[in-house]
Amino acid sequence: MSASLYTLLGAALVGIGLHGALVRRHLFRRVLALNVLGSGVFVLLVAGTPEPDPVPQAMVLTGIVVTVAATALALALALRVAVRTGRAWLPEDEEA
Amino acid sequence: MIPAAAWPALVVLLPLAGAVAATFAGRHAAHVAWLVTPPSAGAALGLLLELRRDPLLVQPGGGWAAPLGIELRADGLAALLVAVTAVIAIGIVAYAGSYFSERARDDAAAPPPARAASHFWPLWFFLWSALNALFLAADLFNAYVALELVGVTAIAIVALDGTAAAVTAAMRYMIASLLGSLLYLLGVALLYRSTGALSFEALAAAPPAGGLGAVALISITLGLGLKTALFPLHAWLPPAHGSAPAPGSAILSGLVVKGSFMLLLRVWLVIFPGASAGAGAAVLGGLGAGAVLWGSLLALRQRALKPLIAYSTVAQLGYLFLIFPLWTHAPQLALAGGMMHLVSHACAKSAMFLAAGAMVRALGDDGLDTIAGVGARVPLAFAAFGLGGLNLAGLPPSGGFIGKWLLLTAAIESAQWLWALVLLAGSLLAAGYVFLVLRAAFVRVDTPAATRAIPRRLEVVAFTLSLLAVGLGIWAVEPLALIASSTLLRP
Repeated sequence: MSASLYTLLGAALVGIGLHGALVRRHLFRRVLALNVLGSGVFVLLVAGTPEPDPVPQAMVLTGIVVTVAATALALALALRVAVRTGRAWLPEDEEA
Repeated sequence: MIPAAAWPALVVLLPLAGAVAATFAGRHAAHVAWLVTPPSAGAALGLLLELRRDPLLVQPGGGWAAPLGIELRADGLAALLVAVTAVIAIGIVAYAGSYFSERARDDAAAPPPARAASHFWPLWFFLWSALNALFLAADLFNAYVALELVGVTAIAIVALDGTAAAVTAAMRYMIASLLGSLLYLLGVALLYRSTGALSFEALAAAPPAGGLGAVALISITLGLGLKTALFPLHAWLPPAHGSAPAPGSAILSGLVVKGSFMLLLRVWLVIFPGASAGAGAAVLGGLGAGAVLWGSLLALRQRALKPLIAYSTVAQLGYLFLIFPLWTHAPQLALAGGMMHLVSHACAKSAMFLAAGAMVRALGDDGLDTIAGVGARVPLAFAAFGLGGLNLAGLPPSGGFIGKWLLLTAAIESAQWLWALVLLAGSLLAAGYVFLVLRAAFVRVDTPAATRAIPRRLEVVAFTLSLLAVGLGIWAVEPLALIASSTLLRP
């Protein structure tokens, strides 16, 4: 598998994630989409050269930790929103 | 006694230690706050004093150099930002202690306010530490980590009250923040792929070229613009800053949005110096102008204090983006003006939110009708609001005046009349919405709202911060010297 194929895959994941985060209205799907976006960015970071490069790998590891923490907060908040408002989406995404 | 290179690390580590201590202190977190704040603020002062001897302090964390090490770099401008953060932090700590204990005393049957107090302190100290790390970061990836920590703690502070409005605003902020960070990281990834470098120094020496560089810059700008609530990506800010508890709103409007802006500024001016001459800078300036006009107009339409102040933040942030189009022809003036505006707005906006918090405590809610006619009951709060408003409108002798004056001079010197017009229009609109609130203090009302006694401290802290914003205008020589010694101005 060449570097360019991974790069393409990474770009596709970024696109899918961006689309989901912006277009979907259900909060859980949006958080999921943001995770896909994050994974896409990580693939793009690591897919540079066929030989392993430690710097982007270190960055991806840190990024994974950061994303896990942020996702935990996002899910907890989404749960709170659902409990407090009875809806799993933001008020502006309410379909009339 | 303390080695020169240790000051940047101390400035980040002391509040961090305080955060950990506050987490374990539970109900006694307020005492930890009083213990940790003086050394942390002292470290910021130490950093400033150390920079007099050595204009640039570089601290490789643990002795490991870049690219795998965490390097902290302090120049004059970074030290100024750290110092202003520390001063506002002292105010926040003094205010929040009283504020939360007052709320806890309120309604013993409702658990959220009491919990909010002990949760605020660890979040606040993590935020302070992360802000310092962001101002001192020497490379793009460490900046990302600091940026995320700032975002996560800020979001949690927004959600502290636990009401439907607060958690909804926090969720919206979370999505915007996460999307912003990931877009920023995408840009960093593209930059690394095309240049193999991450530190500002290395990227300045070997600037990224061509299409990949442009895509990276656009991605970073979109991401950080989202986090700084640049018009038209500002929709998350007013509800978030309006729903947070008063000390939280002060931090959010005063410091958090400035952190992501400073990162954006550094990326543009250090890594992509040529971009400031092109259309991209004009676009940013145009969006900034849009923010000034749109934010001010929306602020004029608000019927309650906190949303008004929050929309005012959107407007005032727009001024900062005028640095980009003005950079090519008048870099010293543009940077000096923008940075003076940034630090005085931080003080003034914090003062205004703290004053609003005091008024809400005293009167029950912050509607413009509720605060009518009660000027004599909360005089210092109104005075703080007024002095803060002086700053927003750019009237002398405030720091805001100095900032706007320098930006105006830069615009006129480079014959970019559009930005000059925007600056003047923005000042007029700011005076408008500030007056909307101040008139309420003097209007005679038959049945003014009932006032509850509030601790003196709340009003005094707000007033002191607003005096500080004015002081920055009177004693501007030191801050201007620090800004002039910034590494951003070296070619």
